[in-house]
Amino acid sequence: MDELLPRIPFAEWIDIAVNWLVTTFGTVFDGIADLLEGIVEGSVDILDMFPSILLAVLFSLLAWFISTRKIALFSLFGLLFIDYLGYWYSMLQMLALVLTSVFFAISIGIPIGIWGSQKENVRKSVVPVLDLMQTMPAFVYLLPAIFFFNIGVVPGVVASVIFAMPPTIRLTMLGIQQVPEELIEATQAFGSTTWQRLSKVQIPLAKPTIMAGVNQSIMLSLSMVVIASMVGAPGLGADVYRAVTQLKTGEGFEAGLSVVIIAIMLDRITQHAGKNKKGGTTL
Amino acid sequence: MSEQTIKKKIEVRGATKIFGKNSKRAAQQLKEGKSKNEILKETGATVGVNNATFDVYEGEIFVIMGLSGSGKSTLVRLLNRLIDPTLGHILLDGDDIVQMNKEQLREVRRKKISMVFQNFALLPHKTIAENAEYGLEIQGVAKIERQSKAKESLKLVGLAGYEDQYPHQLSGGMKQRVGLARALANDPDILLMDEAFSALDPLIRKDMQNELLQLHHDMGKTIIFITHDLDEALRIGDRIALMKDGEIVQIGTPEEILMSPSNDYVERFVEDVDLSKVLTAGHVMVKADTVKVDRGPRVALRLMKQLGISSIYVLDNSNRLLGAVTAVDALAASNSEKSLEEIIITDLPMVSTDTVLTELFDVVSTASIPVAVISEDRKLQGILIRGPLIGALSGDNKFINSDGTVNLVEQTDTEVNKNG
Ligand SMILES: Nc1ncnc2c1ncn2[C@@H]1O[C@H](COP(=O)(O)OP(=O)(O)OP(=O)(O)O)[C@@H](O)[C@H]1O
Ligand SMILES: [Mg+2]
Repeated sequence: MDELLPRIPFAEWIDIAVNWLVTTFGTVFDGIADLLEGIVEGSVDILDMFPSILLAVLFSLLAWFISTRKIALFSLFGLLFIDYLGYWYSMLQMLALVLTSVFFAISIGIPIGIWGSQKENVRKSVVPVLDLMQTMPAFVYLLPAIFFFNIGVVPGVVASVIFAMPPTIRLTMLGIQQVPEELIEATQAFGSTTWQRLSKVQIPLAKPTIMAGVNQSIMLSLSMVVIASMVGAPGLGADVYRAVTQLKTGEGFEAGLSVVIIAIMLDRITQHAGKNKKGGTTL
Repeated sequence: MSEQTIKKKIEVRGATKIFGKNSKRAAQQLKEGKSKNEILKETGATVGVNNATFDVYEGEIFVIMGLSGSGKSTLVRLLNRLIDPTLGHILLDGDDIVQMNKEQLREVRRKKISMVFQNFALLPHKTIAENAEYGLEIQGVAKIERQSKAKESLKLVGLAGYEDQYPHQLSGGMKQRVGLARALANDPDILLMDEAFSALDPLIRKDMQNELLQLHHDMGKTIIFITHDLDEALRIGDRIALMKDGEIVQIGTPEEILMSPSNDYVERFVEDVDLSKVLTAGHVMVKADTVKVDRGPRVALRLMKQLGISSIYVLDNSNRLLGAVTAVDALAASNSEKSLEEIIITDLPMVSTDTVLTELFDVVSTASIPVAVISEDRKLQGILIRGPLIGALSGDNKFINSDGTVNLVEQTDTEVNKNG
């Protein structure tokens, strides 16, 4: 068999391509790496300047402002509990990694989603790529990320961005396309430009759906933290990973519980951000 | 509308819209005279509008009527190019919008032509005021100015005080008022209304029709109104275009459509119409027997005797109605040498020529003397008698005056002369 059908050297080709990219765009990747590292570490440093109790209170107030009092209380006690367990600094590192990844996933994903919603051929080429991105095991993203960005927090962020982006793109496209035809017609009839139609009607009406996408992106990015720690990203994920490799069940449980608390917090807060408090968005 | 002031606001020339992939081939087949169904079968393309040619005059309410699927919505969307015509030209104030680029078209939609939609199409995330402002907002009108204009047009449609509500808090009728206010806020020349009242229940609908007529009267806009309801068309249309399978089969005043349907389709369309809402006193009145006031009671009495009637109408020298006299009074007066003036009954039931039948029944059934039909300057046009009225109501053309008037003045004069 092997003799009759020569193996197509996919793996070799990809290696060659990656090597070529690394040598040709090395400086570009270095620049991106420096930027991402700066953002993540800078935000950790800033957050760490606050006393943990004060920061916990500030986070809860923010949660209250965006969502409900119940969620705010949960955040307050959850954060204080993490501090009590001694994972405060790890938690900050993880939060910085997740929020940075999500920030980039949204900043790239929403525009692509809007573009795709307007152009059928864009949509047709984007959707299969999204399918691929979501079904590919998350580990796979780590390898090229290491090649391009070395080890540390940056390949973790890059892998998370890629892994977390699809739901935002998908749901942005969906939300915008779901706006009823007659509303589009009305905005056209009054002489709107394409951008006015998007910015004044379609995007505001798609907001709940887009936010559901953002929420999913956050969850996916959180699910990446343990994986990212394998390439050297610090944070709660690294604590979990270390505990697992050293078979420290108790520690692993504590760190894992801390991840869950943050996950619930972010999930509930972003779910509420999608709901319009004025209740004007029901179609 | 007098002849000199008529200006063509919209001219539609051979506008055709074919939906679907094979529109070229379908257009060719249309030229060959194939029917909508044949073309659909052979090419898979749907003929939305077929070769529509008509004019809409400035300031009129032009109604487009037809059954579901006849192409009304498509036709009205050709007028602001929400749908691009496959063939033909559409001129607004002489400019062909089919030739316009995006920029010019946007300008026309912003300034000249607004639309009201069947299902309101209000923006659910904006307040009533913001909805009404939308047209101005996208033109970049300053916030304060557009707020005051929106407020004004909301007031015009009777929604003052609702500015801060959201569409879902309003009833259907109120929502459509917002739709109307939004269209009016731009102060367009032309208003397109696609089944604007069809989603409303009958009473609200009637209110809205009245308000629209009032607004039209006050503001004098050109209105293209789509409906599949003949009663509505007849009520508000200055002229009506009837569509079938994408073609316009007849254009005319409500009366022309009703009285002389151009083919079977129109006839079927109008046969179920509630005549009592359409026919007016002018349509069903009959010739009145009259006498000039200076002829005296004897002449009046003699006339009544000859005609076999018990009362007669009295006119002054310029044919204005003064009242009526009964035979009994006339006899008494001629014995006591009184003049006609002294015995005239002035308290007569009177209606104007354009009163519709539904509003006549009460008056007619309680009157002891036949009801007089008068013009605005109080000239007697005719009288209402129960027999012909019921005959007209049953659709018998014999009892319907096709032009809405009865020429009677000369007849009475000759009669009086003959008898005098
Ligand atoms: N976007 C479209 N694509 C294909 N065919 C269409 C499209 N819009 C309308 N048509 C077809 O064009 C014809 C006219 O439709 P149109 O909506 O103008 O009718 P209408 O008179 O407004 O009917 P209704 O009273 O139901 O609103 C119909 O046969 C319809 O199927
Ligand atoms: Mg329609």
